[in-house]
Amino acid sequence: MIELFGYLLSGVTVGFIYTLVGLGFTVIYNSSGIINFSQGEFVMAGGMSTVFLIYAGLPLGVSFVLAIMITSMIGILLYKLISFSRDSSQISLIILTLGFAIFLRGLAQIIFDKQLHTMPSFVGEGAFEIFETTISYQAVLIIIVASTIVVSLYLFFQKTKTGQAMVAASNNVDAAKLMGINIKKILMLNFAISAVIASIGGILLTPITSTNYEVGIMLGLKGFCAAIIGGLGTPFGAVAGGLVLGILESLVAGYVSSEYKDAVAFVVLLAILFFMPGGIFGNLKSQRV
Amino acid sequence: MLKKYNINAQIIFLTVVLMIIPFFFENDFYYEIAILSMLNALIVIGLNLLMGYAGQVSLGHGAFAGLGAYISVVLSTTYGLNPLLSIFISVTIMALLSFLISKPILKLKGHYLAMATLGIGIIISIVLEVEEEFTGGSDGMSVDSFVVFGYEFSDSTAWYVLCAVLLVFTIWAFENLINSPFGRLLRSIHDSEKAANSVGIDVSYYKSIVFVISVVIATIAGSLYAFFSGFISPQEASFSHSIELVVMVVLGGLGRVYGALFGAVILTVLPQLLTSFEDYETLVFGCIIIAVMIFMPKGIASLFDNILKKKEQNSASS
Repeated sequence: MIELFGYLLSGVTVGFIYTLVGLGFTVIYNSSGIINFSQGEFVMAGGMSTVFLIYAGLPLGVSFVLAIMITSMIGILLYKLISFSRDSSQISLIILTLGFAIFLRGLAQIIFDKQLHTMPSFVGEGAFEIFETTISYQAVLIIIVASTIVVSLYLFFQKTKTGQAMVAASNNVDAAKLMGINIKKILMLNFAISAVIASIGGILLTPITSTNYEVGIMLGLKGFCAAIIGGLGTPFGAVAGGLVLGILESLVAGYVSSEYKDAVAFVVLLAILFFMPGGIFGNLKSQRV
Repeated sequence: MLKKYNINAQIIFLTVVLMIIPFFFENDFYYEIAILSMLNALIVIGLNLLMGYAGQVSLGHGAFAGLGAYISVVLSTTYGLNPLLSIFISVTIMALLSFLISKPILKLKGHYLAMATLGIGIIISIVLEVEEEFTGGSDGMSVDSFVVFGYEFSDSTAWYVLCAVLLVFTIWAFENLINSPFGRLLRSIHDSEKAANSVGIDVSYYKSIVFVISVVIATIAGSLYAFFSGFISPQEASFSHSIELVVMVVLGGLGRVYGALFGAVILTVLPQLLTSFEDYETLVFGCIIIAVMIFMPKGIASLFDNILKKKEQNSASS
C-alpha cells in the first residue's frame, strides 16, 4: 500500500511534466492546427540553457529568466519559418517541425555538448514525509508550478482581452480578422507561450532526471500522447492525459517491467485512438463533405 | 498521363544509368553507398505509394522494415533456415500483421494516423531492444551471409547487381501499377475518400492493400540490408529511421516514383558528405530539411516540372 502510494506520487510528478509538454502542443495546435514535433526540443532547450547559464556563473533566478526568454525566441523563430513556407499542407508542415527539431538537436550539440547534465534542486535536496513515503521538495515544486501554469493559462484565455482574441482566432480565422484581430501577432504569441510552457517544464525536470541534447525526443512524443489521450485541443485534456500517463507509467515500472516503461504511453495512445479517438475529454466534430 | 512506350524508355534509361555508374566507383565504399541508396529507394517507393498516391501518412515504416529484417535474420541465423526462405516467411508474417493492423489504423486521418503509426513503430523498436534473447538487445546481432541456391553473395558487385535488378523491376512494376485502373483508383482515394466511397469503391480495402504492399517492400529491403551489412541492431527500427524515410518521400516529391528515387539517393549520400562537417552534421541536416520544406514543399522532382513547363511554353510561343 505504501509502495503504491509512492508510485502514485512519482507518477503525478512526472505526469505534470507531460502535462506541460502536452499543453504546449495544445496551445499551438488550437491556434494554427499544426502539430509541433519540436515541442520536446523546446523542453530540452529550456533545461540545457539553464544548466549552461548556471555553469557560466549566473545566479539561478537570472538563468531561469534568460533560459525562458531564449526558448520563447526559438518558438518565434519556428513560427517565422512556418509562415515563410510556401505550402501549408499538413505533411510538409509536419516535416518542417521535424526538421526544426533535428536542427535544434544539432545546435545543442554544438553550443552545449553531448554529455548528461544536471543542476542542484533550487528548493534544496530535502523531502517531505507523508504516510511513510517521501516526496522531494523539487517534486512538490513541480506539482505547484505546473498547476499554477494550468490555472493561469485558463484565466489568460478566459479573462484577458489578448487571450480571448486568441480563442476567437482559433475558432474562426476569418471572423477574427474581420473583428480587427491581428492574426499574425496572435499566432506568434501562441508559439512563444507554448515555448515558455515547455521551457519551464524542462527547467523543473532537470534536477530530477538530468538532461542532454536528446532528452526532448521522448519527452515530446510522450507529451503529445498526453495531449491526444486527454483529447487533442482541450487544455484540461492535456492535464488529465498527462496525469493518467505519468501514473500508469510509474505503476508499470513498479509492478510489471521497468524496461517496458517507455512503451506504456504508446500502448495507451493506440488504445485511445482505436476505441475513443476523441480522447477522454475531447469531442470529435463530425466532418461535413 | 504516361504512355506505355514512355515507361519502357524510362526503364531502359534507368538500366543504362545503373550499368554506367559503377565505372565511376573508386572503391568498395562507393558500392556500399550505392547499395544502401537503392535499398532505401525500394522502401521509399513503397512508402510513396502509400503516402503520395493513397494519401496515408506513416511514421512507422522504419520500424516495419526493422521488424521484418529481424524476423528474417532470426530465422536464418539463429534457426539456420535458408535466407531466401526466411525472407519469404518474414514477408508472409509481415503481410498478415500489417493487414490486421491496417483496418483500425487506416480509419484514422491526418495527425491521428501519423501518431498511431508512430506509436506502433516505437512499440516495435522498444520490443526489439528489450527482448535480448532473440535480438541481441541494443548491441544488435551479426547476420550469416546471404546464400541463394549455393551462390554466396559476398562481394559488393554481386549485391549491386541484385539491388539494381530489384530496383528496376520495382520501378517498372510501380509505373505500370500507377497507370492501371488500380492507380487511378488510388488517386481518387487521395483526392477525396468520400467521393471515392460514393461511387462504390471499397476505400478501406484498397487502403489496406497499399499499406500491405508498402510493408512487404520495406520487409524485403530491410532484410536484404541486414544480410548485406552482416549486422542488425534496433537502430534500424528506430523512430529516427522512420522519420528519415518519410523525409525521403517528401524531399523527392510526394506521388512521384522518380521523386522517391531522388529523395532516397540524396538523403543516403548526404550524411556521408556531411561527415566531414563532424559535429555540425545534425545541424546542417536539419537546415536542409527546413530549407526544402520552405522553398520546395513539392519536392525536388517538382523542379523538373518547372523546367518542362518552361520548355513547353517556349515551344508554344515560338
